[in-house]
Amino acid sequence: MKKIKLATVWLAGCSGCHMSFLDLDEWLLELAEKVDMVYSPIADVKDYPDDVDVCLVEGAIANEENLQLIKEIRQKTKLIVSFGDCAVTANVPAMRNMLGPAETVLKRSYLELGDVTPQLPQEPGIVPELLDRVSPVHEVIKVDLFLPGCPPDAHRIRAAIEPLLQGEQPVIEGREMIKFG
Amino acid sequence: MVVKTLIINNQLLTASEDQTILEAAKDAGIDIPTLCHLDGVSDVGACRLCLVEIEGSSKLQPACVTQVQEGMVIQTETEKLQTYRRMAVELLFAEGNHVCAVCVVNGNCQLQDVAVRVGMDHSRFPYQFPQRKVDLSHPQFGMDHNRCILCTRCVRVCDEIEGAHVWDVASRGGQSFIVSGINQPWGDVNACTSCGKCVDACPTGAIFRKGSTVAEMNHDPEKIRFLVTAREQKEWTR
Amino acid sequence: MNLEELLAIQKETKQKRQQKPKQIRCCIASGCLSCGAESVKKSLDNAIKEAHLEQEVEVLGVGCMGICGRGPSIEIDPETTLYHNVTLENIPAIITSLNQTKTSENLPPQGDLNHPFFAYQKLIVRENSGKIDPDNIDDYIAEGGYQQLHHVLLEMTPNDVIKEVTKSGLRGRGGGGYPTGVKWATVAKMPGQQKYVICNADEGDPGAFMDRAVLESDPHRILEGMAIAAYAVGANHGYIYIRAEYPLAIKRLEKAIQQAKRYGLMGSQIFDSPFDFKIDIRVGAGAFVCGEETALIASVEGKRGTPRPRPPYPAESGLWGDPTLINNVETYANIVPIIREGGDWYASIGTENSKGTKVFALTGKIENNGLIEVPMGTSIRTIVEEIGGGVLDQGTVKAVQTGGPSGGCIPAHLLDTPVEYDSLQKLGTIMGSGGMIVMDQDTSMVEIARFYMDFCQEESCGKCIPCRAGTVQLYDLLTKLVERKATQQDLDQLEALCQMVKDTSLCGLGMTAPNPVISTLQYFRDEYVSLLQVT
Repeated sequence: MKKIKLATVWLAGCSGCHMSFLDLDEWLLELAEKVDMVYSPIADVKDYPDDVDVCLVEGAIANEENLQLIKEIRQKTKLIVSFGDCAVTANVPAMRNMLGPAETVLKRSYLELGDVTPQLPQEPGIVPELLDRVSPVHEVIKVDLFLPGCPPDAHRIRAAIEPLLQGEQPVIEGREMIKFG
Repeated sequence: MVVKTLIINNQLLTASEDQTILEAAKDAGIDIPTLCHLDGVSDVGACRLCLVEIEGSSKLQPACVTQVQEGMVIQTETEKLQTYRRMAVELLFAEGNHVCAVCVVNGNCQLQDVAVRVGMDHSRFPYQFPQRKVDLSHPQFGMDHNRCILCTRCVRVCDEIEGAHVWDVASRGGQSFIVSGINQPWGDVNACTSCGKCVDACPTGAIFRKGSTVAEMNHDPEKIRFLVTAREQKEWTR
Repeated sequence: MNLEELLAIQKETKQKRQQKPKQIRCCIASGCLSCGAESVKKSLDNAIKEAHLEQEVEVLGVGCMGICGRGPSIEIDPETTLYHNVTLENIPAIITSLNQTKTSENLPPQGDLNHPFFAYQKLIVRENSGKIDPDNIDDYIAEGGYQQLHHVLLEMTPNDVIKEVTKSGLRGRGGGGYPTGVKWATVAKMPGQQKYVICNADEGDPGAFMDRAVLESDPHRILEGMAIAAYAVGANHGYIYIRAEYPLAIKRLEKAIQQAKRYGLMGSQIFDSPFDFKIDIRVGAGAFVCGEETALIASVEGKRGTPRPRPPYPAESGLWGDPTLINNVETYANIVPIIREGGDWYASIGTENSKGTKVFALTGKIENNGLIEVPMGTSIRTIVEEIGGGVLDQGTVKAVQTGGPSGGCIPAHLLDTPVEYDSLQKLGTIMGSGGMIVMDQDTSMVEIARFYMDFCQEESCGKCIPCRAGTVQLYDLLTKLVERKATQQDLDQLEALCQMVKDTSLCGLGMTAPNPVISTLQYFRDEYVSLLQVT
């Protein structure tokens, strides 16, 4: 059987969802036999490859880089999973939205609260620009599956991925699968 | 007492004439989701989650304020109702700032429970990210308006059970908020007896006990019912 | 007060009015006042004095003459010459023209009373409007005022009154169209010593000003109608709930109540019958939702004006839990003529299921703006093209909006629809309280829908989720459309959410808030689709 091309991506989030992914422990070995891990923060791959079957997206869309990458991912991926609360609801990263646009947020963080040498970070091409509003992934691109949780427990991740490996859509329903926070 | 016979979800059941559809369903083990209903205080029919279909009525009726009638045929889980309920819950999540990950009642929250109950895996409505306040002026309790769903359970429990009427609703539409006193900080409201009934009545983490941390707090809405039966029927044990 | 005294006042006032050969009636209702009617009347008064014509000419301040878009209006009797757009410069010419032998230049534009605007109207509600001095109870009595109250109290049983109203086929003019007779009968049949009647004068639809004009022009008619209603249902206390934005109407009502009290037409043992009745005014703070009856009642009780689920209906449990009759201004305004002429007479006007006349506030891109009263069944085309004189600047009608934020748009190809409750409902709009806004070819229907949604999201009371949060999301979706940022998915969501808000909201405001969107989608879907982002 052809191996499924799996990618995981880490946008605006705390990487807790990836930690939870690693909590799959020995099942990861089983998983490794069934998938090709083609892109991930835990693998050294520079560019997002073509023809990915499944991509788990952790994190919200908070800056230009997130935005570019998620659009590229959408073009190159069959099935995108919003992986964890930041991807599904924008969660903690979006708490800055209550303050206002990027400029206000930056001024508050780097000037008003800056202890020594307050200055706005600016390094075009290196430090990606903040978007005015942090969004959940599905507000930016079409998402095929939602797996909320902060983070989703390992057993929920497995329950979601296993059917995908068979080419089936998992059912995200009930307390077993849906959990916010 | 007159007993009425009715059918809910094809299940034949009996109820006393003064019961609402919600109470009759609950007695029969049929779960109808609600957020603004609280045992022990009056009903307002505001959250619209308990809407049911009644045969012969073109309008959906809120189960919490609709009295049972002989021969009523009720459906509580039609596709339409499920669709509308999920949309209502999504609207609630989208209008406030519900960040479960940092909430004191994470895991013990009725809004979360309802979200799971209606199968909400994400909100299709864009989040509004309103600017709302947190009131920490009370020595024992706090009010985080970001987490408030305006169910008014605190308003009713304070007015009807404690008799203090510290809470009310101010402003209109999406700007509505729960107000303490005459729009004073909660800690400055002399009428507040610090009884904590509003804390137990709150379905979300909006009203909380100070010092509790993420996922640490538990509301006790059953306590309100207990207080009412204790007073009215002299039942002093829970 | 007894009947003889009442008839004596009538006779005396009529004689007094006929003493002077000429009468100039100046409209001093809000519409004309807003364009300078007050100074016009003052100047006329002064000019008459200066010309020493006090003995020959009477200048009378009266209520609305209807053609509000061309105020200030004055009418000169006995020739019934109507002048529009009267300015202070016209005053000398008007005085000169009073003397028929002289012709004068510089007269204001003259109105044509044979124009369909006037000729096609049938005045029942507004029969005294623009004719009598609203601040003078004697003027109302001169037109037969309070005689029907006397007739009802001394010669009819409450049941007779209800029968007459039922026979008339009158339906609620507040928008719902519930049969008035049935409502009265329900309240009358409710047990209990204490009952109330309420007049809903919380007219809040954008573009609607019918009730304001009635109250400003003929306040006693409402008081008499309410008293008759109170007698019929067994109430002895009435409230008029009126919005603070209508200060002139409030002032005139207060004055009318005082005058009625002084004459013993309000108070205890009216016309020496056992019937007691008093009316209090409650001024609303301008919340649109307080036009919803349960919210209105809460507001009268001094609570936050939010609706509560019905049933129980106010007829069963209303003000302070007592049976309460609540009708709109125009409904009460129809009562006196119905009692005077009989239910059968009233039922002979209009169509099978919509009897009598309806007052509309005709506004928008139309030649003749103003208040019109037409028999039910008049086609919208007649109203727009003939009474209204067609669209401004030779434009074409695109749609006619009725029912305000709860209503919908009738497209041009359906203009032959008659105005009646059921035919309008079939088109996806409602009669509403009587706002009628004409739109021309340049109007964007999506923006119209967005305008009304903006209104609803602001005016939502915030109690139930679908209305509080749903209207906000609907507004955002419509904004996205207007800004050409929406996709087909957004359009689908818009439609689904409209249905949800309509089906699940607690009160009429929420239930009807999506109507402007639903109806424009029904007839102008192309416009929505053309705004979609090309993907």
